[in-house]
Amino acid sequence: MKTNLKFLALFLSSTLALTSCSNDDSAVNEEEVITTVRVTLEDASGNTIVLQSQDLDGDGPNAPILTPIGGGILSANTTYTGNIEFLNELESPAEDITIEVEEEGDEHQVFYQLTSTLGTVTYTDTDVNGRPIGITFTLTTGSASGTGNLTVTLRHEPNKTASGVASGDITNAGGSTDAEVSFPIQVNVI
Amino acid sequence: MRTIQLLFFFLFSIVCWSQYSIDGTITDENGLPLKGAHVHIASKITSTLPNGAFLLEKIPAGKQRLYISFIGYQPIDAIFIVNQSLTLNYQLKLDITKLNEVALTQLKKTNSASVIEEQITAKTIEQYSNQTLGDALKEVAGVSILKTGSTIVKPVINGLHSSRIPIINNNVRLEDQQWGTEHAPNFDVNSAGKITVIKGASALQYGGDAIGGLVLIESEMVKKDTLFGKTIANFSSNGRGGSISSSIHKGNRLGWSWNIIGTLKYLGDRETPDYILSNTGNREQNFSGSTQYNAENYSIGGMYSFYNAQIGILQAAHIGNVTDLYNAITNQEPFVVEPFNYRINSPKQEVQHHLAKLNFKKWLSDDAVLDLQYAFQFNNRLEYDVRRNSENKKASLDLQLTTHTLLVDYKKTFDHWQLKAGANLGYQNNFANPQTGVRPLIPSYQKIDLGTYAIGTYNIDNSMVLEGGLRYDFSSIEATKYYLKSRWEERGYDNEFSNFIVGEEGNQWLTKPKFDYHNLTGNLGFRKQFHHELEWFSNMSLASRNPNPSELFSDGLHHSTGQVELGDLRLQREQSFKFSNTLKKEWKKTNLSFTPFINRIANFIYLQPIGFETTIRGAFPVWEFKQTEALLTGIDVNFNWNLSSSFSYQSNFAYVNGENLTENQPLIDMPPVTWNQKLVYSNPKWYDFTASLQSELVFRQTRFPDYNFETNIVVNNELEPVTVDISSSPAGYHLLHLYGEMTFNLGKNNKITTALFIQNVTNTAYRDYLNRQRFYADEMGRNIQLQIKYNF
Repeated sequence: MKTNLKFLALFLSSTLALTSCSNDDSAVNEEEVITTVRVTLEDASGNTIVLQSQDLDGDGPNAPILTPIGGGILSANTTYTGNIEFLNELESPAEDITIEVEEEGDEHQVFYQLTSTLGTVTYTDTDVNGRPIGITFTLTTGSASGTGNLTVTLRHEPNKTASGVASGDITNAGGSTDAEVSFPIQVNVI
Repeated sequence: MRTIQLLFFFLFSIVCWSQYSIDGTITDENGLPLKGAHVHIASKITSTLPNGAFLLEKIPAGKQRLYISFIGYQPIDAIFIVNQSLTLNYQLKLDITKLNEVALTQLKKTNSASVIEEQITAKTIEQYSNQTLGDALKEVAGVSILKTGSTIVKPVINGLHSSRIPIINNNVRLEDQQWGTEHAPNFDVNSAGKITVIKGASALQYGGDAIGGLVLIESEMVKKDTLFGKTIANFSSNGRGGSISSSIHKGNRLGWSWNIIGTLKYLGDRETPDYILSNTGNREQNFSGSTQYNAENYSIGGMYSFYNAQIGILQAAHIGNVTDLYNAITNQEPFVVEPFNYRINSPKQEVQHHLAKLNFKKWLSDDAVLDLQYAFQFNNRLEYDVRRNSENKKASLDLQLTTHTLLVDYKKTFDHWQLKAGANLGYQNNFANPQTGVRPLIPSYQKIDLGTYAIGTYNIDNSMVLEGGLRYDFSSIEATKYYLKSRWEERGYDNEFSNFIVGEEGNQWLTKPKFDYHNLTGNLGFRKQFHHELEWFSNMSLASRNPNPSELFSDGLHHSTGQVELGDLRLQREQSFKFSNTLKKEWKKTNLSFTPFINRIANFIYLQPIGFETTIRGAFPVWEFKQTEALLTGIDVNFNWNLSSSFSYQSNFAYVNGENLTENQPLIDMPPVTWNQKLVYSNPKWYDFTASLQSELVFRQTRFPDYNFETNIVVNNELEPVTVDISSSPAGYHLLHLYGEMTFNLGKNNKITTALFIQNVTNTAYRDYLNRQRFYADEMGRNIQLQIKYNF
């Protein structure tokens, strides 16, 4: 018992020592946050339109800031080559999360939901299984003018084999949402 | 024939009714112990030890005859009712020819004299060996359970849970981060010998903040010279796994006694009648050991226990934003169902709890005892979320909670009354590891607690006991927390709490909020026995609970629930006034008890949705900790009936009505009406065969507040407003459970018991209002559990 008691005392004092020196007041380096979603659309003649949503307080109370403020203005009957970027600008230098999404392409998919009268979006990239990821795409506008929304959703671990998912239909995708932004869009007939 | 009847009655009462132990001390007129006095209760006989002490175990409930004799002294011959474990101290008078009055004191071996205590016996605990503490506690009327999935189970007493129900493990208050609804008690149900539920704050020696009640766990401690052990092996069809638990107890009246218990659990995905609940496996590796040295007038003890659990969280419950939540509620089916698997992936919890204690007990005289206790606890909670980068195996939450407590308790018995008094000193340190890369919901903090109490119990006569107590607690908490400047402003803290700011880093303030609390609590009550068959317990208690760290400091997205949770530094302590009564009537074959209560809680803290916050991940509902005036009323009814020598019937009914008085609407998360019935058949001739059919009827909760909210989700590529129904309660349900067991004697003290326990016999699909995951999936379907118990 004497040895038991000694052992217990030793145990208690060691745990004390262990716990008392671990106080670390440093701020958390937020790794999981996406602060910025940037969609770049380029037409055949090299004109670019950038749609950006930026939320520098992460999960804080401030809402993301959308630019351009009035929304994107696209031309009718035009095919845009598009790509999307995801950034964490809380880290310095900013972390490019797009690389991560691309590397784990089979576990991610970006969905584009565009008001149907305004145009259609088609994937132009594939993951290791030959299924779309959605980092690059083309957006083809319709012939009529109008306004609506382009909703961009990054899903983690979606069911990529579910019906319609490969063609960009989010309905059966499941998974959890890592980013979701609705950009106002205007299509003008020139 | 008479003896057989008696035998039947005796065996039967063992099966259907709890058994109690009676101990005490026999002294002479001068208070000196009498060695070798003859004590006879029911069919048990013993003689007292040199210190005058005796112990009789397995005394069946009911009317029993007590006979105490010693040569040269007047014998005591009395009939009394056993309905709980008792301490009987008698002073024998010298036998002179004239009849002298016998001084007789009967003290209940209870934690609270004026509140009826509900006990869960070793037998019930064994039945739930493969499950959790909460599952076993549900056997008590008025106790329901709050679940997260199938494996995270918390007790709810008369509608209240978490920080409002301290759990006391062998006189040590468990400090295992009970603030969260998805934090289950870190305790191995197999290490409990007896569990007592006290519905209220009347047991002041354990704290003044038990607004909901107390759960007291005692491990099996043997007071006689013996060595025995037991091994329980379980196999469950649902989860396709099981557990094994072994214990060895060495008891000695004097000298060393010890016990050790080890438990292993391994279960895979649970399943509903229709689908697999993916990623709901769990594992446990637990150990506990204790030793005690008993001398004539003192004892020294030590204890260590280690709880280690890995718990998978239903994959389908991991949601991103409000669109995911809306889809889950609308589809009524989990979005991920994979084939059965034992693997536990993220999201998951890994929890470790160490508890070590040393205690010293000294009998200062025959009627005064002093207890000293030091306890150390270390709790580490790791929560793993689905990370964006699956290569990142770090936990998203890493909280390390260290608690030291020192207790001094003193108990003295006088002629007609008993005094209990004591003090406690505690230091707690929580460390929220910043290396997780995720802002922690609970910050690092340090807390100091100081408390002192006194409880008096006065026996007016043998039929009436009065009890009163007072307690004072001081508590001081200082946290170290980074607030986003935007959050600090949004909460309106910049004017009120600018003195807490000690530094700045980027877009965050480094703050050190500090709060002190002084609480005075108390209770007053009595127990009155009318003609031995009718008992009345009455108790009024005033309790105070300080806001916990989660309520004060939470700020941000709670990943496991997909909601933003906001604490409030302005929260005041919660104060409850509870008045409860129990009327218990016994007849020859039946007994009936009613326990109505009323609990008025000022500054009741609860989570309420207040709107939305939009982040780049989409919109999230914001839930804020708010305070309101609350009123909880309800009744627990318990009825037992011995139909015949082989059949008995038990019925438990519970109703709680929670009202938010400030907002004039029902309180959220109140348990619905439940009615549990059990029919037991036993036949000792067939290897102690016992079978029971249990009916669990849970009504739909019709009283819930409407906290539904509207949001925009994309339907057919267009944003459309929808209502997210997070308030409605699921339908009521009725479950049947079947249990049967037989015992085979293998010679002296060796026996094997086999038991079959089928839960949800009809494989009913249902959802429970008190399950945090009721939006995502059904509850578990049928579970067939085979148990083999070997006693040696």
